[in-house]
Amino acid sequence: MLLINCPYCGPRPEAEFVNGGQAHIARPADPMSLTDDEWAAYLYMRDNTKGLHHERWRHANGCGRFFNASRDTTTDIIKRTYRMGERPEAEHQGAKP
Amino acid sequence: MTDTYRVRRGDVAESRNAVHFTFDGKSYQGLAGDTLASALIANGVHLVGRSFKYHRPRGFVSAGSEEPNALVGVGATQSRYTPNLLATQVEIYDGLVAESQNRWPSLETDAGFLNEYFSAFLPAGFYYKTFMWPRTAWKKLYEPVIRRMAGLGKAPAEPDADRYTQVFAHCDVLIVGAGPAGLAAALEASNSDATVILCDEQAEMGGSLLSDRSASIDGMQAAEWTRAALDELRKRPNVKLMSRTTAFGWYPHNFVGLNERVTDHLSNPATNQPRERLWQVRAKEVVLAAGAIERPLVFTDNDRPGIMLADAARTYVNRYGVVPGKQVVVFTACDSAYRAALDLKAAGARIQVIVDLRKSASGHWVDKARAEGIKVRSDSIVRGTSGWLRVKSAQISNAQGGDAETVACDLILMSGGFTPSVHLFSQSRGKLSYSEELRAYVPGESVERERSVGACKGLFALESVIESGAKGGRDAAAKAGFSPRGERSYTVSAQSVGADAFIGSVMTDHQAEKRAWVDFQNDVTAKDVRLATREGFRSIEHVKRYTTTGMATDQGKLSNMNALGVVSKQIDVAVPKVGLTTFRPPYTPTTFGSFAGQSRGDLFDPVRKTSIHPWAEAQGAQFEDVGVWKRAWYFPQVGEDMHAAVARECKATRESVGIFDASTLGKIEIVGKDAAEFMNRMYTNAWTKLEPGRLRYGVMLREDGFIMDDGVVGRMATDRFHVTTTTGGAARVLSMMEDYLQTEWPDLEVWLTSTTEQWSVIALQGPNARKVLEPLVEGIDLSADAMPHMSVREGRICGVPTRLFRVSFTGELGFEVNVPAGYGRAVWEAIFAAGKPYGITPYGTETMHVLRAEKGYIIVGQETDGTVTPDDAGLGWAVGKAKRDFVGKRSLSRPALVREDRKQLVGLLTTDPKVVLEEGAQIVLDPTHPIPVPMIGHVTSSYWSATLNRSIALALVRGGRSRMGEELSIPMPDGVIKAKVVDSILFDPKGERLNA
Ligand SMILES: [Zn+2]
Repeated sequence: MLLINCPYCGPRPEAEFVNGGQAHIARPADPMSLTDDEWAAYLYMRDNTKGLHHERWRHANGCGRFFNASRDTTTDIIKRTYRMGERPEAEHQGAKP
Repeated sequence: MTDTYRVRRGDVAESRNAVHFTFDGKSYQGLAGDTLASALIANGVHLVGRSFKYHRPRGFVSAGSEEPNALVGVGATQSRYTPNLLATQVEIYDGLVAESQNRWPSLETDAGFLNEYFSAFLPAGFYYKTFMWPRTAWKKLYEPVIRRMAGLGKAPAEPDADRYTQVFAHCDVLIVGAGPAGLAAALEASNSDATVILCDEQAEMGGSLLSDRSASIDGMQAAEWTRAALDELRKRPNVKLMSRTTAFGWYPHNFVGLNERVTDHLSNPATNQPRERLWQVRAKEVVLAAGAIERPLVFTDNDRPGIMLADAARTYVNRYGVVPGKQVVVFTACDSAYRAALDLKAAGARIQVIVDLRKSASGHWVDKARAEGIKVRSDSIVRGTSGWLRVKSAQISNAQGGDAETVACDLILMSGGFTPSVHLFSQSRGKLSYSEELRAYVPGESVERERSVGACKGLFALESVIESGAKGGRDAAAKAGFSPRGERSYTVSAQSVGADAFIGSVMTDHQAEKRAWVDFQNDVTAKDVRLATREGFRSIEHVKRYTTTGMATDQGKLSNMNALGVVSKQIDVAVPKVGLTTFRPPYTPTTFGSFAGQSRGDLFDPVRKTSIHPWAEAQGAQFEDVGVWKRAWYFPQVGEDMHAAVARECKATRESVGIFDASTLGKIEIVGKDAAEFMNRMYTNAWTKLEPGRLRYGVMLREDGFIMDDGVVGRMATDRFHVTTTTGGAARVLSMMEDYLQTEWPDLEVWLTSTTEQWSVIALQGPNARKVLEPLVEGIDLSADAMPHMSVREGRICGVPTRLFRVSFTGELGFEVNVPAGYGRAVWEAIFAAGKPYGITPYGTETMHVLRAEKGYIIVGQETDGTVTPDDAGLGWAVGKAKRDFVGKRSLSRPALVREDRKQLVGLLTTDPKVVLEEGAQIVLDPTHPIPVPMIGHVTSSYWSATLNRSIALALVRGGRSRMGEELSIPMPDGVIKAKVVDSILFDPKGERLNA
């Protein structure tokens, strides 16, 4: 069971959280202006990262807040958690603008 | 029986009480502190089981949790019976009842050994080769035979009478294993303010020190030093000692599962004690001091009772005071077996010969053995054995072959060196590296906050074991943020046994090798492993699955390295290139009871009940499970079956008035300046123009355009919505709303609150609904003009504040009375009493389903399955075409979602009105079409409609709306049913009744 550091509550066991998939994928501002392929890419295409992966978590059985975590998918070690709207650390490879 | 194999020397076996137990119905006497294994050995019993495949007689190989053979069933009653326990771990107590397994009719005369004669036909992979076909034979023939012949113990016939608990714990330093390394680590780590847990799977802490009669530490004999160390640890308030506690699994972020066996060793456990505790420990730092497991040697017929690991025999003699045999042949590839031989000799056994695989044997232990007059043969092997129920002799020859000499014996000790127990380290995703010297894998780079110390790190000399343990303990405390109060030193006096080791088969000439066991528990021989490589299996993971080596309950603790050695030699590829099978939790078999804990019976799954539930129960309602809710299904009266009850409930509601508990509906209060904008974005509908006091049916999509949920929404004020969701979808909907609100539109001023539990919802439906309610309501004009269909008013009912919805899920004039949940039952009973003159009838979910189906109202999850768009479901009207955007809008114009031949919701009327279709049945155009018949849809809902006096159905059919009047076929096992496509609204299509 992972130990996840909620930016609002502190370290809590994984059982209190729900994973929300890859982070930093913003919903397009005007979906109707997108081609089918662009929209499909937003809907379905996700990285399958081996290594550091930025992902969303929700402290569902706690404060209820969403936040981001940078987790190494090969070790499950979480390097950092940070609030929605904040950027992943620059030195982290794989961070998308 | 008398314990003729008991030895009395020094402190061992002195002042131990006699203990009486039975094994296979026979009474025996052991001594307090014995395991079932040591007590049986004391009585000269070595035959304890039959092997898995060939039913060969088997005895004790080890003295610990690595035991592959001695699996027993323990327990006097079925409710306290546990199969597959290891006799080497079961502690005896007065009245213990144990039995052997996998034998019939008895252990001595087992019919299954006939397999032995057919062994040539049971090679590796025989499951795959033999049982391929015919398929029907699997169920009738092969499976029952395999189940009877191959097997482990029998599951108990009665529910477990014991109690299991679960505990969460946190500590600064967790130390796994209380041998010399673990004890030193604990002494050092706790010499600070760090909180320390030290656990060990055995009854007694001390590990290898408990069976060491030659080493001394700090001037004390090993066992004495152990007692002193434990006394010191017990005095420290920051230390928790846990014996009989197995660290069975490593989970991410230093989360370690411990299984503590609390009462299994007690004759009369206190009733308030659980049988086991599952400890879920989160440790800042972990010290792994798991020790090492001695490795068997692979030689012909190495599986007979009386052939055991050398160090296990040393443990039986030194720790338990029993000598496993009196005429001993020792076969070894390392020095530690010499040490064992000397200890057995000191206990009175005769050492016939030490057969050493090494070219030349020399050094302290070899010299000592020779000095004591023990014959040593180097560069030699045991090439075979004899004896059926107990080993009788060993055939010994030069390593390269040549004439064999037969030596009589009742015990053969073997040792191929030691394999570090890297299980937990590997589970923690640490990288293993192969040591050529040890012929074993040792811990490499760590991933988690842990360090390995002592034998599990590949250190075998006592001095370096203790030194590494002490260093690990200090390091762990420091990394956890604590400084030690000083450093102590340990004076160790012990003769090293070196680190020589061997893996694979000892035979250089494979033709001369008969059956040499690699995996005792799964009956896999070196020949089986070679066969797998000849059949093309290269990776050890494939060899493992094909031969089943290492796949038994011992997970190959003894066999994995030898299997690797055989494969490596056979295909001439270095061991690390052959690979290593993955270590998975649990380290040793762990009871389901401990994982289940208190989650049994009523506590297995939480149940949600509405405040009106007890009333429905008192009325004799039948309930159904909807999610975790219990919902009243129907209310049978005396003599009624479900069909009759539902028909009566439907009729009463259509003709007068029915009352229904809708409290389980999900409810979310959406409040804030931007609430309407938020609703516009989340739902397909347009909300801006919905006036306060009005209701609207809302449809919610996922971003991929498919229906996710639906429900009636009330606008209570310009900045406040009362949203309802499906019963099962409430949490999912709120979670999705929160997701968009928090992550996509944090600028919106909106707050979401789950109010499902706050409101009781009483649905009153039928032409007389208004007449029943009117006298009870204050401050609300219920007339059709003042309160039309799809409106909401706030006021009081029976003196209780209410949000009163005028809404219908039946097609009748209807109301839904929302009151604070605490008043739910009181208001329900008041309405019920007021309805008496109108014959008010309570109805359940089944009637609700029929009534809504007659009206073509969908149920999300029944008419939809995650691939249905609003248009498919006939809800195109609920999609706000003018809206620029909402969740799922863009997807609705994807090419696949606008195809004309999509499945669309229609009504189906069977040609024979008496025939009720089966929900889920497939629909075809031409049932005579050769198989596979193209399927064009399926039945989603189907009922007997008392109102229409015929069967009705809803279905999703390709291009359904353009097939009105067409006759379709529904092929069923007993014939094809014909049905006509009709509009999905089958009753009161103009909606005159609900607008009344
Ligand atoms: Zn939180």
